[in-house]
Amino acid sequence: MLGYLFVMLVLPIAAMLSKASTIGVADFWRIATSPLALSTYDVTFTTSLIAALVDGVFGFLVAWVLVRYDFPFKRLIDASIDLPFALPTAVAGLTLATVYSESGWVGSLLAPLGIKIAFTRLGVGVAMMFISLPFVVRTVQPVLMQMERETEEAAWSLGASPWETFWHVLLPPLTPAILTGVALGFSRAVGEFGSTVIISSNTPFKDLIAPILIFQRLEQYDYAGATVIAVVLVFISLLMLLVINFIQAWGRRYEG
Amino acid sequence: MKANPVAVNGAIPNGTTARSPAKPKKWVPILLIAIALTFLALVLYIPAINVFYQAFHKGFGPLLHNLSNPTFLHAVRMTVLLAAIAVPINTIFGLCTAWALANKQFRGRTLLLSLIDLPFAISPVVAGLMLVLLYGRQGWFGGWLLDHGIRVVFAFPAMLLATAFVSMPFVAREVIPVLEEEGTDQEEAAHTLGANHWQTFWRVTVPNIRWGLLYGILLTNARAMGEFGAVSVVSGNVAGKTQSLPLYVEEAYKGYETEAAYSAAVLLALLAIVTLIVKEILERKTGGSMRKGH
Repeated sequence: MLGYLFVMLVLPIAAMLSKASTIGVADFWRIATSPLALSTYDVTFTTSLIAALVDGVFGFLVAWVLVRYDFPFKRLIDASIDLPFALPTAVAGLTLATVYSESGWVGSLLAPLGIKIAFTRLGVGVAMMFISLPFVVRTVQPVLMQMERETEEAAWSLGASPWETFWHVLLPPLTPAILTGVALGFSRAVGEFGSTVIISSNTPFKDLIAPILIFQRLEQYDYAGATVIAVVLVFISLLMLLVINFIQAWGRRYEG
Repeated sequence: MKANPVAVNGAIPNGTTARSPAKPKKWVPILLIAIALTFLALVLYIPAINVFYQAFHKGFGPLLHNLSNPTFLHAVRMTVLLAAIAVPINTIFGLCTAWALANKQFRGRTLLLSLIDLPFAISPVVAGLMLVLLYGRQGWFGGWLLDHGIRVVFAFPAMLLATAFVSMPFVAREVIPVLEEEGTDQEEAAHTLGANHWQTFWRVTVPNIRWGLLYGILLTNARAMGEFGAVSVVSGNVAGKTQSLPLYVEEAYKGYETEAAYSAAVLLALLAIVTLIVKEILERKTGGSMRKGH
């Protein structure tokens, strides 16, 4: 087991770090902060963050509706939330690019308003929303199920309005779960390649994201250039893991 | 604190004053459900239905036509072969890992647990890059492999390594919580009664963890068959040679062969639906205890 782990994980990571270490600090910094690299970070991280936050709001709403209300096809809808985990990302990218293109089912409704989604940054955002959604719903749902309704009912009976109950009684214990979901969704979106490469026009400085830049540099056999961007991405991912652990530790104060 | 019974059943008598419990209005749930479903429709359902519409709106002709396309068939075989090797390997690895880490306390356990989760945190493209840096021409083992005439990168072995990499954590992740919940009592009892390790494993542990294990295998398989990023970096994506089904989808689409792309996509979408159905069945069997994110 340790051998497999070593060959499959430790060796590849070591190979990447050793490649990075041969580049030299000055060159590393130059490649990592080149205008093109900086623009891909901007597109990747800003779009991922917005997509994850939108999922945070709507994912919470979906989880709420699934836990609290009854409506037709609820079980089916609940099961369908995991679709982005099960559907290969290339298929997601393909169908999103079709649906949100100017002649697609949704895209054609928005085109007269001058809104283009497929092959723009917005499209990349939609793909990221697709793949990140289950992370939010599946993180919030169990916490919401465990919450005791007595506290809300107590708040109501003491005269709190639904809004006050929501903001002061419901939201605080749910916040760590929502933030964890958003952080998980964000880190998934940052690394996403399959769906984004299809729905993006991959134009530099416009909608080119960092994973695709790595891919393009590899195609040009620019291993140093690819490795630098990869190290930056891995560093951000590890940072996100730390943040997630921190949020979860913070959330535990509501338990017990 | 005991809740006001009036608030519990939500009925407010006529003429209640400002201090009375504020009851959420009737239209609020309907509005919230409508917003949630609209969002899901835009992000999930319309795109999902579109896969089937595009694949079948001209009948079964395009799909049948594609089924005789050798490139397409080769891609299907490639994907099945990748999963057929990667899934058993990762199942065994996941079981061993879960067995070694669950119900134990030792130094480095947390480190090992986070190490196993790394493939989820690392972008698939970066995973592919690592394999290229390791086994590629200029990589650590590149020279040795070249001397011995073994092709790894831009060939099947690297595609397999990439597939195994991205689908590695699922089994361990699903089995560890089940093992921790079960505890070690039954296994210890089996030992006391004279069962050896092997007997205990097959007769006590495996039956206890079977649903979690199956669920892990299911997720491993879905990921292995659907992986795009890591495989696309290391495969070279040569049609009919190193092209898996997800790669075929992308290349057909970029080559304006939308029909061919959707014929392949619909197969992968069916795989996703089967995955979700089996998942739902497994969840019902275990009373929903496996419902959580990944």
